[in-house]
Amino acid sequence: MTFDLMIPGQLIGALLPDVVLMGGAMLLMLLAAWRRESDAWQRVVAVGALAVLAAAAAAVLWMMRLDADASIGVIAVDRFRWATDLLCIVGAGFAIALMSEQNPRARLVAGEAHVLVLLATAGMMIMAAARDLMILFLGIELMSIAVYVLVAMDRRRERSAEAGLKYFLLGAFSTAFLLYGVALIYGATGTTNLTEIGARIILYKLADHPMLLFGVAFLLIGFGFKVAAAPFHMWSPDVYEGAPTPVTAFMAAAVKAAAFAAFLRIWIEAFPMVVLRWFGPIWWIAALTMVVGNIVALSQKNVKRMLAYSSIAHSGYLLVAIASTTSMGSSAFLFYLLAYTLATFGAFAVVSVVSDGAERGTQLSDYEGLWQSRPWLAVGMTVFLLALLGFPVFGGMGFFAKWYLLQAAIASPAPLVTLSVILVLTSVVSAGYYLHLVRVMFMKERDGAAAAVPASGPLTRLVLITTAVLILVMGVAPERVATWSRLSAIGPAPSAISSLGADTPELMPPAVDPAARR
Amino acid sequence: MLAESLVLSAVLFAIGVIGVLTRRNAIILFMCVELMLNAVNLSFVALSRLYGATGQVFVIFVMTVAAAEAAVGLAIIIAIFRHRQSVNLQNINLLRG
Repeated sequence: MTFDLMIPGQLIGALLPDVVLMGGAMLLMLLAAWRRESDAWQRVVAVGALAVLAAAAAAVLWMMRLDADASIGVIAVDRFRWATDLLCIVGAGFAIALMSEQNPRARLVAGEAHVLVLLATAGMMIMAAARDLMILFLGIELMSIAVYVLVAMDRRRERSAEAGLKYFLLGAFSTAFLLYGVALIYGATGTTNLTEIGARIILYKLADHPMLLFGVAFLLIGFGFKVAAAPFHMWSPDVYEGAPTPVTAFMAAAVKAAAFAAFLRIWIEAFPMVVLRWFGPIWWIAALTMVVGNIVALSQKNVKRMLAYSSIAHSGYLLVAIASTTSMGSSAFLFYLLAYTLATFGAFAVVSVVSDGAERGTQLSDYEGLWQSRPWLAVGMTVFLLALLGFPVFGGMGFFAKWYLLQAAIASPAPLVTLSVILVLTSVVSAGYYLHLVRVMFMKERDGAAAAVPASGPLTRLVLITTAVLILVMGVAPERVATWSRLSAIGPAPSAISSLGADTPELMPPAVDPAARR
Repeated sequence: MLAESLVLSAVLFAIGVIGVLTRRNAIILFMCVELMLNAVNLSFVALSRLYGATGQVFVIFVMTVAAAEAAVGLAIIIAIFRHRQSVNLQNINLLRG
């Protein structure tokens, strides 16, 4: 069915999953404040939050079944949006499951944390839907403000408060850049709608308009901060280290996925022409991000920091998919995001068990002899690390994720051969730190004086088993997911490419003097 | 008028960026970010003379969001102040690699 977005009722229909999630979050907020804060009540709120997420996921699946479509408007109704929504919902579910167990261990009583995860997820879903820069801005802020609070949630622990401050200041700074970019793009094209921007750039031949180029540059800087791409990555290791581990996992997986999805949509729908001019900068950012992330990760002694740098490197890999600017690239992008989300949540779940909620045991030495004390934890961590590395068979779908990514990079109109070579070489470098951690877990003896690694709770165990099994199963049979990601891909409109040389009527560009309007 | 407004907004934005990059007090940093946001607002208002109401709607959204952000941001700054009795970023250095 097709939604007409100009009719309010149908607009709400097209936003059904988002409305379900936000309505549920509001009700849960009341529920969280209903009783005195306690561990038991916190658990009730967590169960409620999982139920709301399940309802939102059901709404997304229902929309997918309807094969809904929409007129051109402020939001997109397409399979790319549903795919991103599902990724974010899965991430939020894992985060809530981990948090409901880790918060009591960290002596953190905050039922509203689960509600904040829901609100952040609502922001992400709006970002995935946004086809208007104004909606995009609202989505980004809804997500970011909730995540600022989540990072600083454990405020009595100084590191968490410090991470919150850093994330907040850098986040607000990057938002200002993004917003200035939006203002300049609005100035150059006279609209904030992505489809309209794309059409007007072609119609009025604005691709080289300096205001537009500056606008895109600022947009790029803003998104660079959000996805932690080099050289805008400096905040992320500090923030990832200081934040409570479940929140770190949520940031590394879901927040990044949503920011990338919005970035990809803008890139493909609004700027297929401008991309030609921006190919160089994106190329360099991708290359730099892969190199910096992987090289610096080698020297980390703290596992959370190491995973933070590895997540920066993964931003670089994802940027390769974006640089390819094809629908094949965006399908590889979705497949990669799924593999990355599962592996990241698994790895951080192990970290949260080993550090016992108190964020003490995050050094490499705390992982010594994990194989003897908690063999399954060590095996699980190995699977997740190999998946992040992209190792065949034992790394499950991680291998295919990189494989599809390379395929898309080579098959793009301008083959990204050098970038693919950098991707492969930096992946080899990443083996240095992933396998080092594996070696530490399996081959070193645990210091007798060190505290024992606590047992994982049932929910954490569920997260570990789900992610590990999914990674391994999809590593054996990736076809279904590959088909799903291919169907959910978005590509540049063929008209955008073909009209590059076509003779468009010579119209006045919209940047005329104000008098003409009146 | 449009060109002048846009130039003024660019200058304000640049002052904000320089402030964020050079100052070390969390509150002043935050004020500089707000200055950047207001520079953007000025751009939007100036451009909306050209293109119609969209820019003005955007300004309302930006102001609302900035207020929400300020609430969260100041709360985080207070949390830091309770640990350090200071909001100077030079003293805030537990996390570094």
